[in-house]
Amino acid sequence: MTAFADIPVSAPILQFEKDYAALRRRTRITWLVGSLVFLALFTFSAWLGDFFKVTQVTLPDGSRDWRWIIPAGIPRLGEFISKTIPDLHWATLGADFAEWFWRWKVWAKLLVETILIAFMATVFGVIGGFLLSFPAARNLAPNKWVMWICRRYLEIARTVPDLVWALIFVFCFSVGPMAGVLAIGLHATGALGKLYSEVNENIDMRPLEGVKAAGGTWFDQIRYGAVPQVLPNIISYTLLRFEINVRSSSIIGYVGAGGLGQEIREALSLQEYTDLSALFLIIFVTVMVIDFASEKLRHRVIGLEKGPST
Amino acid sequence: MTPTPQDIQAAMAAHPRAFRDTPAVRFRKIALWIGFIGLFCWCLYDFNFAPERILNGMLRMGRILSFMFPPHLWETWAEWLEVFTALGETVAMAFLGTVLGLIVAFPLSFLGAKNINRIFWLRQTTRRGYDIIRAFEILILALIFIRAFGLGPLAGVLAIAVSEVGTFSKLFSEALENTSRRPVEGVVASGGSRFQSILYGIMPQVLPVHLSIVLYNFESNVRSSTILGIVGAGGIGFMLSDRISGYFWDQVWTIIVMIVAMVYLIDYLSGLIRARLIGHAELAK
Repeated sequence: MTAFADIPVSAPILQFEKDYAALRRRTRITWLVGSLVFLALFTFSAWLGDFFKVTQVTLPDGSRDWRWIIPAGIPRLGEFISKTIPDLHWATLGADFAEWFWRWKVWAKLLVETILIAFMATVFGVIGGFLLSFPAARNLAPNKWVMWICRRYLEIARTVPDLVWALIFVFCFSVGPMAGVLAIGLHATGALGKLYSEVNENIDMRPLEGVKAAGGTWFDQIRYGAVPQVLPNIISYTLLRFEINVRSSSIIGYVGAGGLGQEIREALSLQEYTDLSALFLIIFVTVMVIDFASEKLRHRVIGLEKGPST
Repeated sequence: MTPTPQDIQAAMAAHPRAFRDTPAVRFRKIALWIGFIGLFCWCLYDFNFAPERILNGMLRMGRILSFMFPPHLWETWAEWLEVFTALGETVAMAFLGTVLGLIVAFPLSFLGAKNINRIFWLRQTTRRGYDIIRAFEILILALIFIRAFGLGPLAGVLAIAVSEVGTFSKLFSEALENTSRRPVEGVVASGGSRFQSILYGIMPQVLPVHLSIVLYNFESNVRSSTILGIVGAGGIGFMLSDRISGYFWDQVWTIIVMIVAMVYLIDYLSGLIRARLIGHAELAK
């Protein structure tokens, strides 16, 4: 310690020490205030989110009592999940499976319908998103007003969730897969239009200038200058969207817009617990298979774009 | 010698097949297009896209769109308070779900990162676990939790939290894997323990990335929590589906406009937080 004692303490060092201490203090205060705000927000939202609600439960001896909702709900969750697990025995596996998937004919038909809804919705979404993505891109828009209208339309289409569109379309076009196709298609238009227009904003503008110099109209510029550049990206985004649409269409039947969701709602209201687990399994496997296949296809498309490696 | 257009024309006329795809490729292309258009038309038929039905639907759509003008404004403060409570519940669901998911996923993410968890089978099992959680649709989770905890925002919070555990764990562990090894080596060289090397070598690198992921997922959860209400998990979605089933179309449009405004506001605020806390343009996406 004595070795350091004879170092002269100069004014700049003192100033530095003072400034550093002030900085530390400021950082600590910021952290403290930040944590307090976060804690307050957390508590307030926990209160809004019913964390502190009390509910009536039936005790084992049959009497009713008040309990906090979370500890009261956890045993019910376990009970519900255990009810959905079917009774499978090794000796009678075939018969048990047949009983578990007793509505398999209806479910298979609805599963095909679910995938077809996703397919149609993707087609409509791609058509709408592709056409609108060019006027909605900053570098390609013919004029400011067209761009503004296209962007607002795409924003509203993707901000309103597909389930809300489905509720509206079920009212307009009556119950059935058509409402689901339109709802998911409209939502996909918004989402894809945004992604496509971002792709469009990153393209090389020189081919378009070439087409313009050769006397091409706006449509010619887009067709021969922009589309060939963006196509691989568009295919990749489209496949990704198809995966998302399969997930949406499996649930959209819940509000009456076709597909397997209708069966989920029925099984819930009729308390057919093992049906629920069968339906979850069907959706789970379908989503996994489609994700896997589309990932393979996507990698092939990206690989093709880089040049034929095989 | 460069070929003139006439030469090219002559060559094309003489050897037409040299200028086209091979028959196999052509056949595959044509078959794909026929299959695609056939499937599309069959769907149009099967889903009953009849012109008359579309026309009727459009007329009804026009009628309910006409309820948008003049916009419906609630008369009393109590009604406005109800709407704002519902909006608050929706945001609270997203916020709590994100925070709870974050608390669970943060420790789990270390198990899935290659540079931290060196045990192959444990890492792979954890990663498959994330995949399984992510494969559950958020609405299905909400339906399960509604059975246990009753109608209300709590079921939505838990549904978001569970599905976020899978998403966050995966994204966080990927962020952990993308860190540079050099700071870790520096800490180890100056005698730091393994824990210290993670705390001082890796954490400063991943925290901005984590924060960006959390903010992005919070935005996306605000959107999901509006639809959770439709299956009964409280918030503005519950109110919306209630008004739609009662055919109060004027109120429906106002609620939809408020949802859009809320989503814009949340995106704007989270953009501000991101710019302030992270500051780098390349991370702020």
